[in-house]
Amino acid sequence: MADAKPTPATGEGKSGSFLGDLFAPIAGFGVTFSTMFRKVATEEYPEVKRPTAPRFHGRHQLNRHPDGLEKCVGCELCAWACPADAILVEGASNNDATGERYSPGERYGRVYQINYLRCIFCGLCIEACPTRALTMTNEYELADSSRAELIFTKDQLLAPLQKGMLQPPHPMADGMEERDYFLGKVTQATPAQQEWVETYGVDDPAAAGAPAAKHRTAPGAGVTRGKGVDR
Amino acid sequence: MGLEEKLPAGFVLTTLENVVGYMRKASIWPATFGLACCAIEMMAVGTPDYDIARFGMERFSATPRQADLMIVAGRVSQKMAPVVRQVYDQMANPKWVISMGVCASSGGMFNNYAIVQGVDHIIPVDIYLPGCPPRPEMLLNAIIELHDQIQHSKLGVNRVAAARAAEQAALGAVPTSLMAPTHEHHAPLTATPGRNLLA
Repeated sequence: MADAKPTPATGEGKSGSFLGDLFAPIAGFGVTFSTMFRKVATEEYPEVKRPTAPRFHGRHQLNRHPDGLEKCVGCELCAWACPADAILVEGASNNDATGERYSPGERYGRVYQINYLRCIFCGLCIEACPTRALTMTNEYELADSSRAELIFTKDQLLAPLQKGMLQPPHPMADGMEERDYFLGKVTQATPAQQEWVETYGVDDPAAAGAPAAKHRTAPGAGVTRGKGVDR
Repeated sequence: MGLEEKLPAGFVLTTLENVVGYMRKASIWPATFGLACCAIEMMAVGTPDYDIARFGMERFSATPRQADLMIVAGRVSQKMAPVVRQVYDQMANPKWVISMGVCASSGGMFNNYAIVQGVDHIIPVDIYLPGCPPRPEMLLNAIIELHDQIQHSKLGVNRVAAARAAEQAALGAVPTSLMAPTHEHHAPLTATPGRNLLA
């Protein structure tokens, strides 16, 4: 320590001026200080979210056709494929006579629940889905404080309505049949569908996602009715 | 801590709750409790890239007596269950639990006799974190959720009242067999009025 002579073998004891020796112990803080102006190489998660891989297996989404009808046909193949039994699906029949048409074709998924405390995000449900109704998003922030909150229902899983889409239930695009939807012939909601929704449609999207059928036990079939009529 | 627990209600308690909540949430030491593959992701959170020390969780405590947070990472087997409970009991109050991954939260895909179907059968869980395993960001997200919960936790008489209310609610909870169904099972049969589906 007291030896002012440099010792090349160890590299220690670099002799310096008085000031150099005085500030030597705090020179390390200079490294700390200068790091503040450098680019951060580590994860800054809550502030800056690094994008996931494009095919990341995140939260599920139930997709829609371009006119707003749901793609899910209630076949339950996803539930059947699920190795963790996380998915519950109950299908029901579409019925134009009572104004219950949620998907083109015969059936739709009336109840759709995914238990995220069972789901292992393996993606077998996505592979099983015949209509590409179920896909996965890149969203991963799912932590919650109760088990019940983590059972996602259909209204939470359904994709939001985009431009040109109408809130189901509503009839199929005029002149189209189920197969045309999958051939991509339907590009957006038609004026006739728009008119139907304005007349009979559901105002509250949350109510449409909920299991329908409360008012339908009432007699008087044969008339095209929507949920809005009863209000 | 001890003095703040004895203060009467309404006496500087709400401000103190904020301060204490802030202090507590910023200095949680987790206990190492890796049980399976989720532990690998939990260890990743401790690496410099994710740097759990940013949240005041400087070190993973290998002794439960110096830990505040138990991150149950992985499936809990029936044989491990008493150990989990003992480690939890050895932790000093206040203490929190994150159930990391689906196996710890609900049994996940291991719906069988060997695995406890959710660690909340043994110890109270504050945050459930889905994922198999959850990526490190998901664990950080769970920790931030827990911070929020700690910040808004009660103190002293308020805490006693909150605990009592929670206990009453738990005692009043009905078994799942008696709970109201989440949906009507028979709706498809009544969906077409005027037409007999069985005819």
